[in-house]
Amino acid sequence: MGRYVIRRLLQMIPVFIGATLLIFLMVYVMGDPIAGLCGDRQCDPATAAQLRKEYNLDENVFVQYLHYMGKVFTGDFGTAFNGQEVTELMKSAFPVTIRLTIVAILFEIVIGIVLGVITGLRRGKPVDTGVLLLTLVVISVPTFVTGLLLQLLLGVEWGWIKPSVSPEATFSELIVPGLVLASVSLAYVTRLTRTSIAENKRSDYVRTAVAKGLPRRRVITKHLLRNSLIPVVTFIGTDIGALMGGAIVTERIFNIHGVGYQLYQGIVRQNTQTVVGFVTVLVLVFLIANLLVDLLYAVLDPRIRYA
Amino acid sequence: MRGATHAKWAACAAAVALAATACGGGGGDSGGGGNGTGVVASSWGDPQNPLEPANTNEVQGGKVLDMIFRGLKRYDAKTGAAQDMLADKIETTDSQNFTITIKNGWKFSNGEAVTAKSFVDAWNYGASLKNNQKNAYFFGYIDGYDKVHPDTGSQSADTLSGLKVTGTNTFTVKLNQKFSTFPDTLGYAAYSPLPKAFFDDHAAWVKKPVGNGPYTIDSYTKGSKMSLRKWDGYSGTDKAQNGGVDLKVYTDNNTAYTDLLAGNLDLVDDVPAAQLKNAKSDLSGRYINTPAGIIQTLAFPFYDKKWNASGVEKVRKGLSMAINRDQITETIFQKTRTPATDWTSPVLGEKGGFQDGLCGDACKYDPTEAKKLVQEGGGIPGGQVKISYNADTGSHKEWVDAVCNSINNAMGNNKACVGNPVGTFADFRNQIGQHKMPGPFRAGWQMDYPLIQNFLQPLYYTNASSNDGQWSNKDFDKLVNQANAETDRAKAVKLFQQAEEVVRDNMAAIPLWYQNGSAGYSDKVSNVALNQFSVPVYNEIKVS
Repeated sequence: MGRYVIRRLLQMIPVFIGATLLIFLMVYVMGDPIAGLCGDRQCDPATAAQLRKEYNLDENVFVQYLHYMGKVFTGDFGTAFNGQEVTELMKSAFPVTIRLTIVAILFEIVIGIVLGVITGLRRGKPVDTGVLLLTLVVISVPTFVTGLLLQLLLGVEWGWIKPSVSPEATFSELIVPGLVLASVSLAYVTRLTRTSIAENKRSDYVRTAVAKGLPRRRVITKHLLRNSLIPVVTFIGTDIGALMGGAIVTERIFNIHGVGYQLYQGIVRQNTQTVVGFVTVLVLVFLIANLLVDLLYAVLDPRIRYA
Repeated sequence: MRGATHAKWAACAAAVALAATACGGGGGDSGGGGNGTGVVASSWGDPQNPLEPANTNEVQGGKVLDMIFRGLKRYDAKTGAAQDMLADKIETTDSQNFTITIKNGWKFSNGEAVTAKSFVDAWNYGASLKNNQKNAYFFGYIDGYDKVHPDTGSQSADTLSGLKVTGTNTFTVKLNQKFSTFPDTLGYAAYSPLPKAFFDDHAAWVKKPVGNGPYTIDSYTKGSKMSLRKWDGYSGTDKAQNGGVDLKVYTDNNTAYTDLLAGNLDLVDDVPAAQLKNAKSDLSGRYINTPAGIIQTLAFPFYDKKWNASGVEKVRKGLSMAINRDQITETIFQKTRTPATDWTSPVLGEKGGFQDGLCGDACKYDPTEAKKLVQEGGGIPGGQVKISYNADTGSHKEWVDAVCNSINNAMGNNKACVGNPVGTFADFRNQIGQHKMPGPFRAGWQMDYPLIQNFLQPLYYTNASSNDGQWSNKDFDKLVNQANAETDRAKAVKLFQQAEEVVRDNMAAIPLWYQNGSAGYSDKVSNVALNQFSVPVYNEIKVS
């Protein structure tokens, strides 16, 4: 097990380097960020040259990358154009997005799995059909439509929530945005759980458990659920990274100043330092979440062991 | 407490939803109703640069500077005329050497006195190359600028030789050329005075700027919120009529607009394009749509021989006549743009140099004549007009497509004109800077100060800072020089208009439309107006 973890950790290094280099190149290809800094007019050449020098933009892109990575390893993620340290931006943005992700994941786990278990146990019944239809609708409607619709109905028409989230972004304010962010994944979790449960319901060990006279609750939680959750855990685990990076739409709609917002600003203003910095951290989150999922396998199913 | 505000707010929202009527009282005319302590909640965008007067070149940062700084002059919110603020008198005999006397008794909000030195130090800081100030070119008219801010290499002086402090409250300015309307430019934020604290602890100042205006900054969380409060020690007469302003950063102006409808926000100064149609009924009259000093044009790549050959001016004029400005401003912009008939802006007023109809027939829609002119001029250079624009912000794609459609119809050719989108604004500026434009491109000009000079010289003078198309004309340059040397204001304006006629005769750029500022506000506030820069006049807003 220990060896497996070490191997996985070592594998992260090339992925990490590759991902950051790719992002670096992509932002670089977009052109000279200084050109857009002075609005609808040309920056005067002397100031532009000096700014380029300050941000190492006058050098070859690979030299720039090495410069950047060298600094990243000392914890210096550079400075955004508005004079703020990127680490400072991260400090304000990541906690907000993490809270949003937690809310979303909780929705996925609680609603998704509960609905999945209910429908899985009652396949073909009206409940099952209804939930299936509902999830189909949720999957096919884009997030920004659900988001704007909920914002308009709950925020403006009925006045149950505030349409925008304050800078503090407390958990209670993030419930509706979290639900919107989770909606699509939630539908997948429901369907995944449903299928898995329905399949395992007919397996030998469940039949044995029932035959032993175990109470129904125990059969479901200890035997059926534990085995059925393996694909679901995989999905939710990889979804953590996707949710954090993919929150751009939701964050924009509900005015949440999180990772998605900073990334969007970074891309629009073509700020390499911000974009690469945030993506670097997101890549790390993704890798770690994947590692955790793989480790969880062993806990859920002792048959899966890593040498 | 919390429950109570929540209920009130919910009731408000319900009222808005039901009939879009008020929940606090009458609709926005309760002048004098407020006791001057209420706080205005206003939408804001994250400023692009650190907040320093000479480093702020966009509207969002400019808003804050307008609240916390007062300069030598200030532009009247209604007429745009430059009026003395801190300036007691500005004297000159030759339009080149100016003696400036500032009023006594002004203070910064940290207690420091505003003296002549506050101005001279600030201007030297702004001009100095090593400080990377994006508005440094504003000091380019002052003698010694080329030493402090050379085009290449490092600076050989730290201070402008043209600036001299001659007393506590007086200083002199020597310009490197005659510039009669120079005093009128001094209302621009880049010319604000700076306190000693700025130079002593720059990092702390940028975190929480200190100025001499009617407001002080109470708290500033970068990227999300700034709270400004009325400063009781303010020396000017234009004291704040409200207790303060909370600027909230929005990720999207649609969300800000939704918040306004829900009663969470008092003022949105950028109504999203998609909502323009409904804004009037949504806000029941609490919607402002007034002209601002912004003009949109199509510029040409004169560095490209095809577009610069003789006779092509006929083609440019023909293209101008092929654009149906009335229709486009009405259907796409919901009348938040006005078809342009000259190269300046109506906010200048007739005295300031705006001349309605100066463009003449060349700006009137006439498809038959347009086609004829283009043919006489030898046809479209390269066979096709490619209009470049940045696709990331604004609704540029929509109007460019409409303009092309209009041209195609006039030419009777489906492929006469196509849009050429560029992914980001930075890349768009990049390609313009490298002279890579394949044809006409979107150009917008927001004035720095309400002067006709500002609409012409930076854009069309040979090698001027924003002459992106590299247009060059000796007659134009000569007339601008004459106008700048002319001490009589009315005569100077006349000369600038003559220069504008040169622009017209060559169709150096196609004027499209003047842009309006649009804003919406809640029924909690009144006396809301936008100035010529489409920035709300915050200090006059009353909260009931």
